[in-house]
Amino acid sequence: MTDPYLPREAEILERVDEAGSIFSLRLALTDPRARADYAFAPGQFNMVYLFGVGEVPISVVRLRGEDADFAHTIRPVGRVTRAMAELRAGDRLGIRGPFGRGWPLELAEGGDVVVITGGLGCAPAVTVVHHVLANRERFGRLVIMQGVKHSDDLIWAEQYARWREAPDTRVLLAADQARPGWTGQQGLITTLFDQAEFDRGRATVMMCGPEPMMVASARRLVDDGVEAGRIWLSMERNMQCAAGHCGHCQFGPRFVCRDGPVFHYPEVAGLLGVRGF
Amino acid sequence: MSIYGFLHRSALKQLPECLNEAGYRCIGPRVREGAVTFGELTSIDDLPRGVGDEQRPAHYRLGEREDERLFAWAVGPQGLKSWLFTPRETLWRSRRDDDGRLYFETGSPADDRPLAAIGVRACDLAALRLQDAHFLEREPDPGYRKRRAGLFLVAVDCTHPAETCFCHSTGDGPACESGFDLALHELDDGFIVHAGSEAGERVAARLPLLPVGEEQEAARRDQQRAAIDAQQRALPGRNLRDALFANLDHERWQAVAERCLSCANCTSVCPTCFCHSHEEVPDLDGRTSEHLRQWDSCFTEGHSYIHGIVIRAETPERYRQWLTHKLGSWHDQYGRSGCVGCGRCITWCPVGIDLTEEATVICAEAGDD
Repeated sequence: MTDPYLPREAEILERVDEAGSIFSLRLALTDPRARADYAFAPGQFNMVYLFGVGEVPISVVRLRGEDADFAHTIRPVGRVTRAMAELRAGDRLGIRGPFGRGWPLELAEGGDVVVITGGLGCAPAVTVVHHVLANRERFGRLVIMQGVKHSDDLIWAEQYARWREAPDTRVLLAADQARPGWTGQQGLITTLFDQAEFDRGRATVMMCGPEPMMVASARRLVDDGVEAGRIWLSMERNMQCAAGHCGHCQFGPRFVCRDGPVFHYPEVAGLLGVRGF
Repeated sequence: MSIYGFLHRSALKQLPECLNEAGYRCIGPRVREGAVTFGELTSIDDLPRGVGDEQRPAHYRLGEREDERLFAWAVGPQGLKSWLFTPRETLWRSRRDDDGRLYFETGSPADDRPLAAIGVRACDLAALRLQDAHFLEREPDPGYRKRRAGLFLVAVDCTHPAETCFCHSTGDGPACESGFDLALHELDDGFIVHAGSEAGERVAARLPLLPVGEEQEAARRDQQRAAIDAQQRALPGRNLRDALFANLDHERWQAVAERCLSCANCTSVCPTCFCHSHEEVPDLDGRTSEHLRQWDSCFTEGHSYIHGIVIRAETPERYRQWLTHKLGSWHDQYGRSGCVGCGRCITWCPVGIDLTEEATVICAEAGDD
């Protein structure tokens, strides 16, 4: 029996500093066979372990979409991620995963795809964009909407510029507070919805970001005629075991680590936005 | 036909002997620090002979009885849970060499001998089934699985429920009906013994069992009836999920939180609570580190911490999380309520909060059975 708790060693191949204190680490498992076998679905996460400090759940991404191996984009906010800010190429980490249920990419085929993100919430959704662009003929229009609190918080500006040039792709940005020269919309993300052109009846919506933003967006979309059953969202909760055992990530009856982190909106709509859950 | 017979009180000492010979390490109820808790048994003399108890909200006292009974008390603060889901356990050890390479190894349980637990009550058997569902289905937990695999269960019908007990209302007791290897029913002069598994049959076959007389059967029925009648508390239904989630804004959450100390005693003594936290304990040498898990509680601030935010910062939210999970979400997760009616959370709550009372008030207008 394999031990779901035992990490595997990974080496940092590259460190990229993003906006502000945010950084990305491109990693590879050091065991050649494990490295070759490692596969993840967009939307899944790893438990990332820093020696002597602890473990944190972080969404798995590919740094530029096409790289082999995998990467994590990290904002230093807690005890473990602050210590991780010191990491450099060549340093070692422990990795458990990937865990959880990812995005419903197959279900989305044949229709428009709407990606709604807020804050650093863009990290798990970036993999969706990469997937759609890599398999462009399988999907309809791609609409990417990103909201940030302050225009300075936007990371991956170059990436958004590149996506803007991709076929049949629209990128819409909103900042609640904008610095002069900001070319996006000023206001909450829902102010972008009127500009977003997509088939309300056949689009699949995938959201990631702060919960108040996701609640407001989902309600607005449903009002606009999008079926609740075509909306998916990625949730975050305290996760320590990633095996559905430790209990911290429970959201009502769901274990976010195992039943999510990507949920079908109707599964969680009842408690979403209720203080204390 | 499964083995069923009467074991004279003086012959019970053969039970742990048989189990030891079969390779088991015996545990059972012992009096320790003024409470009955499970500990290692070296002989039948370790059991709480002539001990009775008095329990009510925020109150637990042991006393002496005038008879030789071994099981004439209701459950103490801890039963089986801590023996399978250990309060603190090493999940892995890591080592870093001079080049910064990392090596990981699994933490291993201290004693591999299978356990035989003597004196397990019906509520704790029900709790064990729930812990099994949590730790063994889907992603099996290696440590729990190892300890659970060899477990031999000697159950005992509850004949002396406490004032805080309500297992009859949850359908989990007071008699033991399944899920054991052997079950005992204590009478004045001995025990009615009933085998419930092949392993139980093998052990029972080595005990000097006598036929069960009509009087003994009658005494057993009377005791079982009395144990049900003695229970004063009840939950207002077996499935309170919809009633609880329909009342998330009930004013009672605030009222109970004004008494609740958020101390986590209830979750520590609850035989089904499974929450635990991970902790990293680096050695001072800078080269090795241990990753532990230990019991945690939804009443702590850290339980709902996520990147700088505490989702349940206030006590009303924590109590509501506990109750809506225990009596509500468990139905979705494991097909039944997470409460087995043992009453421990009532006895051991330092301010005497009574879960049956809170649930009754909050679910006043709904609740089915």
